[in-house]
Amino acid sequence: MIDVENLIKEFGPKRAVNGVSFTIRRGEILGFLGPNGAGKSTTMRMITGFFPPTSGRVRIGGHDMAEEPIAAKKLIGYLPESAPCYSDMTVNGFLRFTAELRGMRGAQIDDAVAKVAGLCFLEGVLHQSVDTLSKGYRHRTCFAQSILHDPEVLVLDEPTDGLDPNQKHEVRQIIKRMGQTKAIIFSTHILEEVEACCSRAIIIDRGTVVANGTPAELKARAETAGSVHLRVRNVAAETLKSKLGSLPVAGRVSLQDNTDGSLSARVFPRDKSTRADLSLSVAQTATQSGWSFDELHTEEGRLDDVFRAITLPDSVKTRE
Amino acid sequence: MNESLRNIWTILKRELNGYFASPVAYVFIVIFLLLNGFFTFMLGGFFELGEASLSRPFFNWHPWLYLFLVPAAGMRLWAEERRVGTLELLLTMPVTAAQAIIGKFLACWAFLALALALTFPVVGSVYYLGHPDGGAIFAGYVGSLLLAGSYLAVTVATSAITRNQVISFILSVVICFFLILAGWEPVTSLLVRWAPAGLVELVTGFSVMPHFASFQRGVIDFRDLLFFASVIVFSLFGTSVILRGLRGA
Repeated sequence: MIDVENLIKEFGPKRAVNGVSFTIRRGEILGFLGPNGAGKSTTMRMITGFFPPTSGRVRIGGHDMAEEPIAAKKLIGYLPESAPCYSDMTVNGFLRFTAELRGMRGAQIDDAVAKVAGLCFLEGVLHQSVDTLSKGYRHRTCFAQSILHDPEVLVLDEPTDGLDPNQKHEVRQIIKRMGQTKAIIFSTHILEEVEACCSRAIIIDRGTVVANGTPAELKARAETAGSVHLRVRNVAAETLKSKLGSLPVAGRVSLQDNTDGSLSARVFPRDKSTRADLSLSVAQTATQSGWSFDELHTEEGRLDDVFRAITLPDSVKTRE
Repeated sequence: MNESLRNIWTILKRELNGYFASPVAYVFIVIFLLLNGFFTFMLGGFFELGEASLSRPFFNWHPWLYLFLVPAAGMRLWAEERRVGTLELLLTMPVTAAQAIIGKFLACWAFLALALALTFPVVGSVYYLGHPDGGAIFAGYVGSLLLAGSYLAVTVATSAITRNQVISFILSVVICFFLILAGWEPVTSLLVRWAPAGLVELVTGFSVMPHFASFQRGVIDFRDLLFFASVIVFSLFGTSVILRGLRGA
């Protein structure tokens, strides 16, 4: 549904987006990640046709944004980053206005407004003026506007920003539900969100895509991914290290003293092929040696670590 | 109704409601009418003139009155959208920039027309006191409306330049002031003394004054209509260029 081809956007001498390409099919939810200023919002503004790209192409459902902007825009629901609303209107008036611009008429508008008001918990404030609303309500009003016409494509710039945990959960549920039949792209800084609802994630840094895969694939790129974590009590550090280190499937072993007196070992696989057998070998060693352990698990890798490893400037990495 | 007209109508309705949702509209109308009354009956010497005509005591003041009031009414049209960020929302809807510009312009123009229409007691007075030329009054109103429309189109353009309403206001006052001065008699008579006739003609050609003057005399000339129409079209087209430039095209 969304086809982005080699997008470039320059503001004067500065290149904000530098050759971004990806495709999102129906039924996919794409998480769009990246540090501040990486070009997320600029890319989304080009997808929605607000910014014309310096070069490259955006196609929505087969319609080229540059050649058939109206046909392409009809398919999109868009929540801009700051969730702007017309402050001199009531919530109801605002939603009706956007419904009319979306080409709805009469009873169709009443139904659509009633439906999204229910979905976004806006019934209580429908006749309140937008400028008297709290930030969360304003945000949901703008979100309601984006799903009002049941669009094929949803572009959401930080949809859960500024919401309380309950509202965040609700918005995620809506996104997940809509994602079954639509193409959705949303940007976020919250990595758990990506794991919770995305079928795919893209990390963008300084205007270029630096990673593109399912959340599980991305997590597997973490340094700690596939390592086995074991926590034991009353075992000497040297014994632990030598026994675990001598396993044929094990590579490096690192130890850590915990505050409660227990000892944690992290065993890395020797290489990718030994990953699968590692946890079993460690468990057998521990039982055969008679160690009392209260924790044993295989690390999946954390998205945070991957994100940091990929997007941190080299200067910061060496300083740490 | 076809789709683009419907979009223009939707945007027009929203803008017009926006004026009346806040006290702005009422304050504006009251001040406009008070100033009109003051100029007509006090400074204009409506009674002293002793003629049943609105040309001198009433319409004469409009270029000056509009100079401040029209930019005040129109300054927020785009500047506010830019400041709040709703511009992004509006231009990613399935509407063209031209539809949005025309819708906003017509909304504000309709509002100005309403304010102008509320000056009807002046017309009533002149009919009560004498036997005025109805055609001349009608032409004066048409000219006044077109004059307001021209100033407004300039304001729409300056409002798209900035997110600051004050800057938008000042810029449009300056430009409209030029549109007056270029053809205002005290200025042209100064110019005539030293400048070649061709230059004088060129400068006055930009001014709204000679064109408005013929409406005041009761003449609706095609050339004057064309002048005001071209100021409006040129300014609105300029607005679309500004909006496109804004998005980094």
